[in-house]
Amino acid sequence: MTAHKTPRIQASDITPRELFYDRRRFMQLAASASLTALLPNAVLAGEPLVNVKKSTDNLRDELTPYKDVTSYNNFYEFGTGKEDPAQNAGSLKTRPWTITLEGEVNKPKTFDIDELLKLAPLEERIYHLRCVEAWSMVIPWIGFPLAELIKHVDPNSKAKFVEFISLHHPEQMSGQKSSVLNWPYREGLRLDEAMHPLTLLTVGLYGEVLPNQNGAPIRIVIPWKYGFKSAKSIVKIRLVEKQPISSWMEAGPNEYGFYANVNPEVDHPRWSQAKERRLGDFLKRPTLPFNGYGEQVAQLYAGIDLSKNF
Amino acid sequence: MILKNLNNKTLLWLKISVFLLALIPLIKLIVGGYFDDLGANPIEKITHRTGYWTLIFLLVTLSITPLRWLTSWSWLVRLRRMLGLFAFFYASLHFLTYLVLDQFFDWNNIVKDIIKRPYITIGFTAFVLLILLAITSNNYSTKLLGGRRWRLLHRLIYPVAVSGVVHFWWLVKKDITEPLTFSLLLAVLLAVRLIYWISKHNKMIYKDR
Repeated sequence: MTAHKTPRIQASDITPRELFYDRRRFMQLAASASLTALLPNAVLAGEPLVNVKKSTDNLRDELTPYKDVTSYNNFYEFGTGKEDPAQNAGSLKTRPWTITLEGEVNKPKTFDIDELLKLAPLEERIYHLRCVEAWSMVIPWIGFPLAELIKHVDPNSKAKFVEFISLHHPEQMSGQKSSVLNWPYREGLRLDEAMHPLTLLTVGLYGEVLPNQNGAPIRIVIPWKYGFKSAKSIVKIRLVEKQPISSWMEAGPNEYGFYANVNPEVDHPRWSQAKERRLGDFLKRPTLPFNGYGEQVAQLYAGIDLSKNF
Repeated sequence: MILKNLNNKTLLWLKISVFLLALIPLIKLIVGGYFDDLGANPIEKITHRTGYWTLIFLLVTLSITPLRWLTSWSWLVRLRRMLGLFAFFYASLHFLTYLVLDQFFDWNNIVKDIIKRPYITIGFTAFVLLILLAITSNNYSTKLLGGRRWRLLHRLIYPVAVSGVVHFWWLVKKDITEPLTFSLLLAVLLAVRLIYWISKHNKMIYKDR
């Protein structure tokens, strides 16, 4: 994968490597000393994931601190405040958990999460996350390409789109008691977007199992699209013929489109998308087309008017 | 009733207490900033908190008159100027946060924002009107303008408060709980005045007959 160009950052902004790895070593030590090490797989938030292929992307880009990644979240299932998910997501039960793949496929299947984790080797990917609210993070995710999973169910010729459906469980997800969005949360991609090698089926971050507030036990991450496209706590993936309607498209059809590609030239109707604040930075930086992944994904949109298909 | 008339000394103590209480939101922000305790996006938090307290102080200022009608505590009006100035104070911090921390003097972008983004247009307009009210809040201005014109000018507090709430409403992504709460409180405060004026007007008509 070609590394994207990133603006220069000051040395003082970089989390010291020792600090970053010290914390990890501590977590690994703590885990191996505990009974959880006897389990075949890490299952609970915070447990270390083993046998993960390290990211080949060098750490030129400052990672957003673990604390910020796990305490500043948009996850309306647990409340609309940024700090709500970290406070409320403890009630989510991530085991047992199944994910059903159905629709226009030759081999529909319901996977148990622990079975799914073994489908393909886990790898670390350091991605930029750009929220539609004009802030951004750099996060070391862990997962494998969504394509690996979709191949297993063998899409038929009618499959043109992929719809993601998140868990609907108001007792575990207190935010769903409010009708701020139409539950369950639904998102969608074109099949070729879903099969793109950058689209990551994600089960961890910072070397450990995904914390609940970040979309445990399984979510997708599509780094060239605004964050809301990356559905969390997924229970169903449906391959369909027609373009699905996402929860955010229903909530604000003029403000949130199906594509939601990061685009500095197409403003949100109420605010500019030209710049973003990388959390931890003081000055805003220019937002890059496709969030800096244009080289890898721009050809997916050849001939499409992106100002209309926002 | 003992609260009906306060002597000057008690009122002074009351004023000092209100003044110190009104500074608490600012102190909390400063302490939070010092201990790096403003969350992952401190600039956003400062913007939201100062905006929130501007609206609170606008509503508190607007509740003085209805409270006076309710309680006949005439001294309440002597707190009103300070409360209004605190609304202006937090609005100024809110604007400065936008100017310095959020935009860092990117004038080009600021002008574009003010023209192009309705929530910023209306918020900025409200702030400009609030400046007018703040600079004419002293006794000298009252004398200079004359009571009648001064009162007329200071009715601008109504469009300012409405604009402030609309500004909030237009910027939230989806969850309107907070702007809705502010709107309902403001609606009550304005409705009370309307009812009062109508009944007063009716009484006058009655007397004329």
